[in-house]
Amino acid sequence: MSAVVSVAGIRKTYGSTVAVDNVSFDVVEGEIFGLIGPNGAGKTTTMECVEGLRRPDRGAISVLGLDPIRDVYAMQRRVGVQLQEAQFQKRIKVWEAVDLWASLYPNPADGTRLLEQLGLADKRNAWFMTLSGGQKQRLFIALALINNPEVVFLDELTTGLDPQARRAIWDLVRGIKDRGKTVFMTTHLMEEAERLCDRVAIIDHGRIIDIDTPSALVARHCPQRTVLLTTADAGAETHFRAMRAVDDVARVESRFTIRGRGEDFVTEVIRCVSDHQMHVADFRTDTPNLEDVFLKVTGHSIRD
Amino acid sequence: MLRGLWKLTWLELKIFAREPLGLIGTVLIPPLSVVVLGRIFGRIPSAGPRLSSFVTVDLPVFAAVFTTLNAVQSLVTIVSIYRESGILKRLRATPLRPQTILSAQVLVKLILTAATLALTLVAGRNVLRITFDVHLISFAVALLFSTLSILSIGFLLASLVPTARFAQPVASLVLYPMLFLSGLFFPVDGLPAGLQVVARVVPLTYAVSLLKGIWLGEAWLAHAGDVAALVVVAIVFTGLSARFFRWE
Repeated sequence: MSAVVSVAGIRKTYGSTVAVDNVSFDVVEGEIFGLIGPNGAGKTTTMECVEGLRRPDRGAISVLGLDPIRDVYAMQRRVGVQLQEAQFQKRIKVWEAVDLWASLYPNPADGTRLLEQLGLADKRNAWFMTLSGGQKQRLFIALALINNPEVVFLDELTTGLDPQARRAIWDLVRGIKDRGKTVFMTTHLMEEAERLCDRVAIIDHGRIIDIDTPSALVARHCPQRTVLLTTADAGAETHFRAMRAVDDVARVESRFTIRGRGEDFVTEVIRCVSDHQMHVADFRTDTPNLEDVFLKVTGHSIRD
Repeated sequence: MLRGLWKLTWLELKIFAREPLGLIGTVLIPPLSVVVLGRIFGRIPSAGPRLSSFVTVDLPVFAAVFTTLNAVQSLVTIVSIYRESGILKRLRATPLRPQTILSAQVLVKLILTAATLALTLVAGRNVLRITFDVHLISFAVALLFSTLSILSIGFLLASLVPTARFAQPVASLVLYPMLFLSGLFFPVDGLPAGLQVVARVVPLTYAVSLLKGIWLGEAWLAHAGDVAALVVVAIVFTGLSARFFRWE
């Protein structure tokens, strides 16, 4: 697998503020790569450096083997861009935007079909200002795909959308990947990253903290699993404490919170319950996710 | 190099036409004012030669200069709105060249200026029964040339105003004092000595002088100085705005 986007040690400052510091990562062909972090972490600055809209103070960027500043026009033909909080002229019609975009590239995709695929066929003649947030984002996705790009950049694609529109957009992004394109996206929504991204880079205060698949990040930083169960069994606490992988057992009346680590921890709890023929009224597991990873590695919640 | 220029210009014209207030304000107000003012002044019985010359000479030049200022103000506003709402940035992330995006805006303004001029002349001829013994093509060229030159000031303003909210007042603050000194209302020679000096450095003075001269049927050669001044204005302000232009 070759790197479609390669970022090596970039730094960008605005006055005395360091927006991005020594950021490096590779986006590999065919994957959905997510840059995740809270607002102001440096996601958009990094993305805009990659898109050629900003020049990093230091470091090197290569997109499809091209330099985003020097070869910007050659690069723009082969990439699709959706900018954060982009707008259009209020009274531009949907088809007019698609038509203009299509005229700018040598071998454009069929705009009518794109609008159909993105569920905008009946909005062809609508003014931009009359579209809903989700429809606007779908139009921006259509425009990002109009030149049959090899790699698509999506910056905070679902910010401000309601959960239903957000899910619809997620399906579209998976569809982009299924067409063999590489996707580089940013998001501050951990759920979005977890559901969409093959690999993520966690960024905070302008620095990359870790890069891996979501499950590997969880396994590395938050290996602990929690089982919550309710049992009236008199010997339960003793049995749980005797397990090998257990870290901690907390009990409130008949409700137990059992923490432990390792792949087999949950299985071990089930076996313990079964071996001692406990009667269990309630059983659920609590698996950490990227949100927990973020809290663990940065020391603060992503929502702060 | 200018891929997309015609499409973008046509699109911007269509979008402009969809905003009724903007369209009325830009294209219809000048001919309407000419008709209304012409009626008012033309009907005063003791009008005499001075007033009738106001209607036949000064009024068309007034309308032309206001059309120019309107174009500048509208350019400043549109560019700052486009910048503030991220439209400029979005266009910049396409193969559209910056000069294409800005040229399209200028073309739109020139086309609207030409349309306004045509409407004004038609209104003047058909409603006020003014007979022009003026070379209209020559006047149209003078107006478009002046507008292009003065638009470069608009570019610089558009580059400097921080937000769209400031665009209109800042443009007015720069344009209207210039209008006052341009010789449109009072002959420059009649101004106090200090103000005369100021009037000589105000670019609009040269536009007014050129438009008035051409309207009166004077030769272009007689206004070579005005043309040269307007070319310098265009070069200097375009250069400055290229230096200070911001996309976001």
